[in-house]
Amino acid sequence: MLAKMTVITERCKGCGLCVTACPKKIVSLQKEKRNKKGYFYAECTDMDSCIGCTMCAMMCPDCAIVIEK
Amino acid sequence: MAVVFERPKALLDVPFHYCPGCTHGIVHRLLAEVLDEMGIEGETVGVCPVGCSVMAYDYFGCDMIEAPHGRAPAVATGVKRTNPDKFVFTYQGDGDLAAIGTAETVHSATRGENIVVIFINNTIYGMTGGQMAPTTIPGQVTQTTPFGRDPELAGYPVRVCEMLSTLTGTAYAERVAVDSVPHIRDAKKAIRKAFETQKNKKGFSIVEVLSTCPTNWGLTPVEALKRLQDEMIPYYPLGVYKDTTAEEGNK
Amino acid sequence: MERNLMKGNEALAEAAIRAGCKCFFGYPITPQTELAAYMAKRMHKAGGVFLQAESEIAAINMVLGAASTGVRAMTSSSSPGLSLKSEGISYIAGSDVPAVIINVQRGGPGLGGIQPSQADYWQTTKALGHGDFHLLVFAPASVQEMVDMVVKAFDKADQYRMPAMILADGLLGQMMEPVSFPEINPDAHDKSGWAATGHKGQREHHIINSLYLKPDELEKSVTDRFARYDQIKENETDAELYLTEDCDILLCAFGATARVVKSAVNDARAQGIKAGLFRPKTLWPFPVKEINEAAKSAKKLLSVEMSMGQMIDDIKLAINCSKPVEFYGRTGGVIPTPAEVLAEIKKVGGAE
Repeated sequence: MLAKMTVITERCKGCGLCVTACPKKIVSLQKEKRNKKGYFYAECTDMDSCIGCTMCAMMCPDCAIVIEK
Repeated sequence: MAVVFERPKALLDVPFHYCPGCTHGIVHRLLAEVLDEMGIEGETVGVCPVGCSVMAYDYFGCDMIEAPHGRAPAVATGVKRTNPDKFVFTYQGDGDLAAIGTAETVHSATRGENIVVIFINNTIYGMTGGQMAPTTIPGQVTQTTPFGRDPELAGYPVRVCEMLSTLTGTAYAERVAVDSVPHIRDAKKAIRKAFETQKNKKGFSIVEVLSTCPTNWGLTPVEALKRLQDEMIPYYPLGVYKDTTAEEGNK
Repeated sequence: MERNLMKGNEALAEAAIRAGCKCFFGYPITPQTELAAYMAKRMHKAGGVFLQAESEIAAINMVLGAASTGVRAMTSSSSPGLSLKSEGISYIAGSDVPAVIINVQRGGPGLGGIQPSQADYWQTTKALGHGDFHLLVFAPASVQEMVDMVVKAFDKADQYRMPAMILADGLLGQMMEPVSFPEINPDAHDKSGWAATGHKGQREHHIINSLYLKPDELEKSVTDRFARYDQIKENETDAELYLTEDCDILLCAFGATARVVKSAVNDARAQGIKAGLFRPKTLWPFPVKEINEAAKSAKKLLSVEMSMGQMIDDIKLAINCSKPVEFYGRTGGVIPTPAEVLAEIKKVGGAE
């Protein structure tokens, strides 16, 4: 794994800005699971393709994404 | 693997109350990243007046003062004049800075007050539910311009960077946006430049940040970014409107 | 102690500097502008900050900013300016920040006039801003008292972490009298526990704030403050009782008016009328114990004010309307004369 994108699910408000920002198109919002506040939180659907560019985290208005590389 | 991106230290570990997709959160992070990189959180006093960001004292790790609506630049003046070695910033919305607080804005700028003003321009009053702001664009529908802002009735918006750039006391004025990653990078550079300007005691710095308000614009967060690009940036062109530090040719 | 002849407005400024005031934010308005002009000359040399703000609103908010960092800060104005400052004063009270504010009163309402007045009594003691709060209100009657009260105002403001007002008037501001300045220690009160000076990585961050969106939190912040107010009412009242031990009629007056009334009391005594004077030096907290003491032997009370009668309410409340309280006043900037007051004493008469 080149890089790791972690969503702090309880902080996510399901706004979707990270989804559009990801150049690899591997971030999407949950369809079934929600966090305690009822938001469909974001997640990375293909971690192996993540290049750790941090663009999703830069677009996130809630500091809900941590990137490791 | 090492962490390469996380919440900056100068932001407390407290969830934001902002609406989903509201870009206040991005600007808070950029400001905190600058405080971390310059290592000045312990030397900084922030002033947050009334508006969606009035509770920023719960989010920023530095000492904070909550100010009356429109008066943050005056409060910041009081702090800076008596504590010249401290970094002082205000974080204000468009209603606060360009409507009720216009006099404080203009006069802290023309005095060349050595402070940083972070000005969030989202063309609407957010906290009170979406009324017309001094930056509401002609034709824009708000709670108090239900048929679209008609300049014949409600006048024209204020372009703040352009206005303040005419004042000698203004050392640095730049308008940025947070609608895309490249723009977010530029916004951070501008905020860093503003704090460096303050550090070098060059005078008044303002960074006007075009920002979104999905809830009161009645758009999804992603649509709101599009509106910022398609409608706001053409009306409020990005760029540096004044930079006395550049004229001196240092850096 | 050296004594020098000084104009009231300038003595107020010098006293503030001597009391360790490190910043003054002013705005021109008759009849107090000499105070700002004096500060413009002196403050910088004294190592402090003088700034003429763009409005009284900006000035009071500059005070809020400076005072939030623990610095002794002051602003001054006259009546209309205080109306403009009222929101800021409410924030200063609601944020538990000490500050000194001076009102050199002029005739009102509206633009009014520029001659002396006491018609801001209600504004100052009842509602100098929205919400449940008080501020300490000192009422000098001489230039020396202006000096002493400025020094005391800074001290008490710091002690109780609240705004303090010097309620003077155009007459006191413009007249000259000899004064001397006491030595004081401006740093008597440690503010490091709350001041917003930058945490240097050594403490939790400090927040200066008056916003509490949760009602029970706001209520608690107010009730805590009112517990301090009760302490102040208990310990900080101050008044002058003049010839009150055996008086039949008790004159009540404060500030410059009290000087006129004292002459009238002396004239009355010379003509065999047992008159006395109660002069509150603190208008909030109102000297309730002292007025009841002064009124013990009196059959009637007569409040004399440069207004349509405002302190008279507090007098009646303080004595629970146990005795009749009459009023005599001039307003609009007209200063009553001792002769007028003497005539009123005779008309109202304490004897029968």
